[in-house]
This record gives sequence, structure tokens and C-alpha cells, in this order.
Amino acid sequence: MTYFPEEVVEHIFDFLGSHRDRNAVSTVCKAWYHVERLSRLNVFVGNCYAIRPERVMARFPGMKSLSVKGKPHFADYNLVPYDWGGFALPWIKAAVRRSPGLEDLRLKRMVVTDDDLDLLARSFPNFRSLVLVSCEGFSTDGLAAIATYCRGLRELDLQENEVEDHGRQWLSCFHESCTSLVSLNFACLKGEVNAGVLERLVARCPNLRSLKLNRAVSVESLNEIVARAPYLVDLGTGSFAVLDCIGDKGLAVVASTCKELQELRVFPSDIYGAGATSVTEEGLVAISSGCPKLNSLLYFCYQMTNAALITVAKNCPHFTRFRLCILDPWKPDPVTNQPLDEGFGAIVRSCKNLRRLSLSGLLTDQVFLYIGLYAKCLEMLSIAFAGDSDKGMVYILKGCKNLRKLEIRDCPFGDIALLNDVAKYETMRSLWMSSCDVTLGGCKALAAKMPRLNVEIINESEGTDKLEENISDLHKVEKMYVYRTVAGPRNDAPDFVWTL
Amino acid sequence: MSTTETGNSSTTESAVSGLDYEETQLTLAPPGGSRSELERKRGFSEGVGLSLETKDFLSGSSDEPPISGAGEPSAAKAQVVGWPPVRSFRRNVLKSCTYVKVAVDGTPYLRKVDLEAYAGYQQLLTALEEMFSCFTARNYPNERRLVDHVNGTEYVPTYEDKDGDWMLIGDVPWK
Repeated sequence: MTYFPEEVVEHIFDFLGSHRDRNAVSTVCKAWYHVERLSRLNVFVGNCYAIRPERVMARFPGMKSLSVKGKPHFADYNLVPYDWGGFALPWIKAAVRRSPGLEDLRLKRMVVTDDDLDLLARSFPNFRSLVLVSCEGFSTDGLAAIATYCRGLRELDLQENEVEDHGRQWLSCFHESCTSLVSLNFACLKGEVNAGVLERLVARCPNLRSLKLNRAVSVESLNEIVARAPYLVDLGTGSFAVLDCIGDKGLAVVASTCKELQELRVFPSDIYGAGATSVTEEGLVAISSGCPKLNSLLYFCYQMTNAALITVAKNCPHFTRFRLCILDPWKPDPVTNQPLDEGFGAIVRSCKNLRRLSLSGLLTDQVFLYIGLYAKCLEMLSIAFAGDSDKGMVYILKGCKNLRKLEIRDCPFGDIALLNDVAKYETMRSLWMSSCDVTLGGCKALAAKMPRLNVEIINESEGTDKLEENISDLHKVEKMYVYRTVAGPRNDAPDFVWTL
Repeated sequence: MSTTETGNSSTTESAVSGLDYEETQLTLAPPGGSRSELERKRGFSEGVGLSLETKDFLSGSSDEPPISGAGEPSAAKAQVVGWPPVRSFRRNVLKSCTYVKVAVDGTPYLRKVDLEAYAGYQQLLTALEEMFSCFTARNYPNERRLVDHVNGTEYVPTYEDKDGDWMLIGDVPWK
């Protein structure tokens, strides 16, 4: 079947950058599967419950770098209870046993404890990079362990984690002989670090290229740091994000000066009421006409018009990520009082490479018809307070061939939509539905038909673990999370999570 | 959408007693616009400035409470859980923008106020008056004061912040 010696095939596979390509070639034939699995160095697991860690490491004995994601995205907005799951420990323990050569670990939305970090720090002699994104459960004590035991650490990147400050001067735990740091990001930490310790650390790491500090670092200290790290490429206090008090005028200035802008995020400064200084559709139109390279947008605003969206779609056909959040649910186009179906329809029609989309405002089933028709590259869709009927969700499931993640809240989609094409969910990573019309009966039916899906119901009412038998199938389910898995029902689910 | 926030057992459709619910429902619709789509909008009883009827509440499918999440009681909360979709991490960053320092000439230390805690200027002024009145009406009870009973000197806990200003401890929440 293979005309080349294995070494040649393996060498060819070296040129495959993405894990998707490697997954694809490993399904061609047994020989290729075998070659590929032995040569894969970077392993990506999009859902920590889709497969057991031992199985991953048995398949890829040469694993050097592991990336795992845990909680569903809506956990970012407090929709997932605190102890839902997503524990890092099983992955770290399995790696300790089977992949002691591990060099890089990246975890997103997972629970990581200080003990986990301590185990990690002591177990992998070649460890060089730790990236934690939106994780929780650890403190500066865990960071101290990493600093102490990971000799040769090149990267420590902490992005938007909830880290408890135990006052430990963790930065001092980097040994004097540690000179290998290339990237250090502690912007999300609330506590202070000793300025002298930081300056000395920077001074002895000649390869340091990226440094992201927290706000506790003083300007004087910054001066010292910059003086000692002339090769720094990236210096900051975390990600740059714009608050909407910049106003439409401010955005117009950005539009006229930042011609190379590729990604823009505008957050609301006043979440509790319509601010006098906030942004509207005008700011977005200005940005779209001034920044032709814009491909990624997150925009919070109080109003949006179809005309503006149509203009934006024409100006910026290169969007890969388009997330628009109109702060009042169901808000129509204020000029025409129409739903925003046509505006979003224009976006999906024009932006052929759109991979991620978040909708808001007043929307009918029509917008989902458009999305199903045109958004062929779409991989992730977030819907809230939208649609009229099951038809909306069916349009999406039928039309979006590349859909991987679908998350829906407060929409009138029920069992008919859920059960319309159950096989679809095995082609996706996950489906989240909360405050919709799906019933317990519908969820049970889905679970019965699809053994390779975990259908989890999150139920936070008190005392319901006793009432499980008494609840009628007609009852609407508050939160449902469905994901494909080869690992079966998980064994670490808390009481309030029922796997059907 | 589960409508259990109201906490009542939903009426079933058969419980209509002579009233035509369709007629008595309040709806939100544009003048002369089509009513059919907009009528069916589910209730958002917490109302971020809107008050819509909850059609689902009126035509609930059962009289037992559905399995719903804890769902905040509608009257108590001004916000819906998880909306707008801003990470709490970022909300806290945004929140810190609303503290401002207040200095009054002649007072030995400054105060910090959270502008978000006040609904308007009048309330803010009243609060500021109360905060600084202890320097004029010396009988104002302030539990943060320590009195040395020997010589009657009063003490308050203060700190010097990074701008070099003396601030009264306690205005900014500990966390």
C-alpha cells in the first residue's frame, strides 16, 4: 500500500503543520496510521472528556507537546457551575507515567491546582513551556513550584486565569542560574512582584522576547526592564482592548490611523445601562472602511443597523471572526425597526472565510437560513435570544458543514430541532443549549440514539439528585451539554451533572 | 426558555377562564409592523430596560416546575446570568474604573467613592456630605475611630497610597 519506506513517509508527514492534516493522513491506511502516530510530537485535545488521557499517550508515545481544553465556552460567562469538571490532574498524571519527555503543556478552561503544578514541575526534566488560559484553582504557590523546579523553562504564559494571591514571592523562585526565559506573561496576577527580582530576572535572560506584566509593576521598574532587555519584541500589560468610552469618534481616529489593524475588540465600559459615550454602528462602519485588513472583531454596542452591517460586509470581506454583541437582547434596527437578519446575512454572504460568528439583536429564523446557506466555513456559532422556531436551528445543522461548536442560550429551539439530525453531533465537538425548549425526554432520546455522545444535563436546583426519578420527560432542561466522545460517560461528574 | 424565574406553577392552557390571553397580552411591536413574529418573543422579565410579556408563562406546558437551573428570581436581579457575555475577569477590570478619590480642603485624609454605588448626583452629594461631615460636626459616630480614653485623642486608620495621598482605610473593598 505504501510505495515509500516508512522513513520517507514520516519525513513527508513532518511537513504537515496542523493536527487536522495529521489526523487526516492517519486515516488513509494502517501503515500511515502507524507511521503518523509514532512521529506525532504535538497533540491537541479539543475536549478533555472526548478521550481518556492514557489512550492519547498510548497512541502517541513520542508526544512532546500537549494542548487540552476543558470547560465549554459559556463557562466564561458564569453559565457553568464552579465544580463542573475539566480537571488537569488526570492529564498530568498520565503524562508523568507515559510521556516523561513532555516539554510543552497548554491548558484552556481547566481546573489546575497547586499540587498539579507541583507534580508537573518535578516530573518533566525537559519541560520548557507552560501556557494556562482561563484556568482556575491555583495560586502563586503553584507558580513558585514551576519557577523553582522547571530549570530551563522558556515560557510561562498566564492568560486571564483566576489566580489566588498567597503573597508568595514566586518570581524570586527562579533560580539565579535560570537564564532561559523567552516569554513571560503574568498580566492576570493581581499581586505585586518585587521590582528588583523582576529586573534581575530580565537582565539574566538574554533570549527574552516577550514580557507581559501586571499593573502592579511601576513605571520606574519598566524603565529598568526595558534598559536591560533590548531584544524585547513584545512588552505589555496583557492584551490591548478598547473600552467603548472611546466612542464612535475615537473609533474614527483608529480607523484613520491604524491601517494595518487586523483584530479589534471593543468592550462595554458601562454594562448596566446605555452609556452616553459608547459606540454604535457608526464606529463599526468607520473601522471597516479604514482598516481593510481587519479579520477579527469583537464589538459590544447598544445598537446596530442592517445598513451598517451591509456596508461592513462590503468593506471587509476577509473576516474570519465576527462577534457582535448588542447589549439589549432582541433589539431591532433602530432606524427601520426590522430584525437584523439582512445585516448578518450580508456578513456571511460576503465573508467566505468566516470561521467564527456571534449573533445578537432581533433575529428571526431567516438569519439562520442565510447562515446555513452561505457560512460554509463556519466552525463556531454563538446564538443568544434569537430565532422563532425549531426551523432556525435546523437550518444551521443542515447547512454548516464545518460546524464544530454550537452554543445556544435563550432561544425557542426544542426537541424537534435537537433530534432532527442526531448524526450531525458526531461531526461536531460539542453542542450547548441553555434556557431553550429542549425537554428531558428529548435529551434522553438523543442519548439513546447516539451512544458515542455524552448528553449531560446540568441541574442546579436544590435536592434534585433525589428527585431524578420523579421528573417528567416533558420538563424543559435548563442546561444541556452534548459532546462526542470515545471515553464513555465521565467518572468525575459532580452531583448536579447527569449524563443520560 | 424556562420561565421558572417567576416561581409560580404555570397555568396550563386549559386554565383559561373566559379571557382571551392573546388579546390581553402586552406586546412590543413597531407601529404598523407585523405582529406575528414579535409577539412570540419570550419574556425577559428582569428587563434590561424592556418589559415584555411572558407568553410561555401563560401557556406553560405543565404545572410542576421544570428542571431548571437555579435561575435567579426575576424580581431580585437586574441582570440576566451571563449577559452581556463579558468575562467576570474583565468585568472586574472595568469595575475598578469607577472608584474616584475625593479630597476636601483642610481634611487630613482623602476618601474613595465608587461612582457605581450612586444613582445620581444628589445621592453622591449626600454621601459625600456624610463622609466629610465628621470634620465639622465632631459628634458624628464613626466606628472606625479609636479613642484614646486617657487623653481623648481620636485616631483613624489611614494609609499612604502610591500618589502620596493619605487615604482612609475601608473605602475600597478589601479584595
